[in-house]
Amino acid sequence: MLLLERKSVTVRDDRGSAFFLGAIALTAIAVPVLNRVVPPQSAFHLSAYGLTLIGKYLCYAMLALAVDLIWGYCGILSLGHAAFFSLGGYAMGMYLMRQIGPRGVYGDPVLPDFMVFLNYKKLPWFWYGFNHFWFALAMMLLVPAALGSVFGWFAFRSRVTGVYFSIITQALSYALMLAFFRNDMGFGGNNGFTDFKDILGFDLHSEATHVVLVVITAAALAASYLACRAIVGSRAGRVMRAIRDAESRTRFLGYSVESFKLWAFVFSAVVAGIAGALYVPQIGIINPSEFAPINSIEVVIWVAVGGRGTLYGAIAGAVLVNYAKTYLTGALPEVWLYALGALFVFVTVFLPRGLAGLLPASGKDEHTR
Amino acid sequence: MSIRDKMLYLDKVTVSFDGFKALNELTLCIEPGEMRCIIGPNGAGKTTMMDVITGKTRPDSGTARFGRRIEQLELPGSDNGGDYWQGIDLLKMSEPEIAKAGIGRKFQKPTVFEQLTVFENLELALAGERSFLKMLFARLTAEERKRIDEILDIIGLAELRGAQGRILSHGQKQWLEIGMLLMQEPELLLVDEPVAGMTPHEIERTAHLLRSLAGEHTVVVVEHDMDFVRSIARRVTVLHEGSVLADGEMNQVQNDPRVIEVYLGA
Repeated sequence: MLLLERKSVTVRDDRGSAFFLGAIALTAIAVPVLNRVVPPQSAFHLSAYGLTLIGKYLCYAMLALAVDLIWGYCGILSLGHAAFFSLGGYAMGMYLMRQIGPRGVYGDPVLPDFMVFLNYKKLPWFWYGFNHFWFALAMMLLVPAALGSVFGWFAFRSRVTGVYFSIITQALSYALMLAFFRNDMGFGGNNGFTDFKDILGFDLHSEATHVVLVVITAAALAASYLACRAIVGSRAGRVMRAIRDAESRTRFLGYSVESFKLWAFVFSAVVAGIAGALYVPQIGIINPSEFAPINSIEVVIWVAVGGRGTLYGAIAGAVLVNYAKTYLTGALPEVWLYALGALFVFVTVFLPRGLAGLLPASGKDEHTR
Repeated sequence: MSIRDKMLYLDKVTVSFDGFKALNELTLCIEPGEMRCIIGPNGAGKTTMMDVITGKTRPDSGTARFGRRIEQLELPGSDNGGDYWQGIDLLKMSEPEIAKAGIGRKFQKPTVFEQLTVFENLELALAGERSFLKMLFARLTAEERKRIDEILDIIGLAELRGAQGRILSHGQKQWLEIGMLLMQEPELLLVDEPVAGMTPHEIERTAHLLRSLAGEHTVVVVEHDMDFVRSIARRVTVLHEGSVLADGEMNQVQNDPRVIEVYLGA
């Protein structure tokens, strides 16, 4: 009887994984069919608007996955993951801005429009290289990783944990937002980047490009999910869970808690960065409001609603809450924030394990040791 | 004095906290493979003694040495005297170094990982790999699996290997904790009040478990429960006000008038 309990958790994880991977594969197939094959007159046609929405949900799902990996499995509650998401987005945005070239409003062959407007004479050094996609791609991964390692190294080494860690991640994100708002930072100030033309030569105004972007995002989400699943299923993942439940006990067993936390945190930052990089070409804009503290907090709510410590729960939570947000901000805009707050309270009080906790916990024994 | 053939040797160890002497020139020898019980009233210095051995507390004076039956390890504080092998100086080592050298301590309160299974708890305690990247790809070898199975048998939790830590009873948690200690292959086991809060049946099983460990390991048990002490130890040391009051066979110690006065008779 008692043995069944543990086994059922594993079975539920396997089922959740199968369900999630099936859904993602279905999305990757249905999106191109509904947009490219089904004629626009049909009720089943997927519009450009719908395409962008799905792309956005998938990016948010990746961000939620990144947060669940460290919060649900390692007990690190980051309230600053929007920072990594935005940095990935800015790296992609810089590439897209350089791609515009002489087609900008001012027609400058090198300088993006905002630089001409702000009287820049030459390109700042940190914009070099972003005309190459491979360079921008490397930055999408390296910049969030670098910030994650430096920040994590100081925080974990000083044994900053719990609510104190959450507060400084929030401060980090807020500080970056203020910095990016400044015009002299060279990142377009409060307007950020927009008016993108094409990516790798493909027109960003074409629906076909967006279909491909959605499929790529779906693939990236599935790959991140499998990577996270592999990490939490490894022996290192078991140590992470041990750290979550009893940090000092784990240290007493001879594990360097700091280094386990740092690796998980950096990996999570990179996943968040990729999500942000995929978000920007689909949404068509990136500006400093993406760093806003509320964004990071919303991610935590998605994960809590879906069920932390399950991975697929985070993804389901991100999609469902954002769908509700899309609907409510359209139908009853003034209600949304109250609904979000009420949802968080409801989940905390009545569904401490989130929606994933509602999945039936029966099944045959697949837990082999 | 040579400590050849001694597992643990404390000589005139004194620890004072704000003038109060928690240990007062405590001298104690533990033989390899011995099962020793340390008893004494509250404040006698039992826990402080454990703290000195594990490096948590530094004494004001005295020496604490740990001898191993096998050859000298390369550890700080070890002096190789050839035939005059002196053991390693515990007072020059940090807590993790002492744990690594082979002294394992079980605390009073069991702290198993509640969300992990019994098997996973033991796996975590397995001596060996500790780095994130290596553990990301590491699989348990057949040997390591066998080792965990052995420990599961020793602590009697083989049936519950797949159960989460949180559903174990208090006694089962204590046994798992002892199992986790054994995974680290210590020479010397320090066990602090193992049967506090246990049912009579659990106490009996714990006594059996600890008895089975003596011989291969050296076991030092601090305990209040006199029936339990009687059931496991041949040799008992009574501490009083930071030093040894009496030492010897249980029956002999029990009939010592000084012991009766300070402890047993109270």
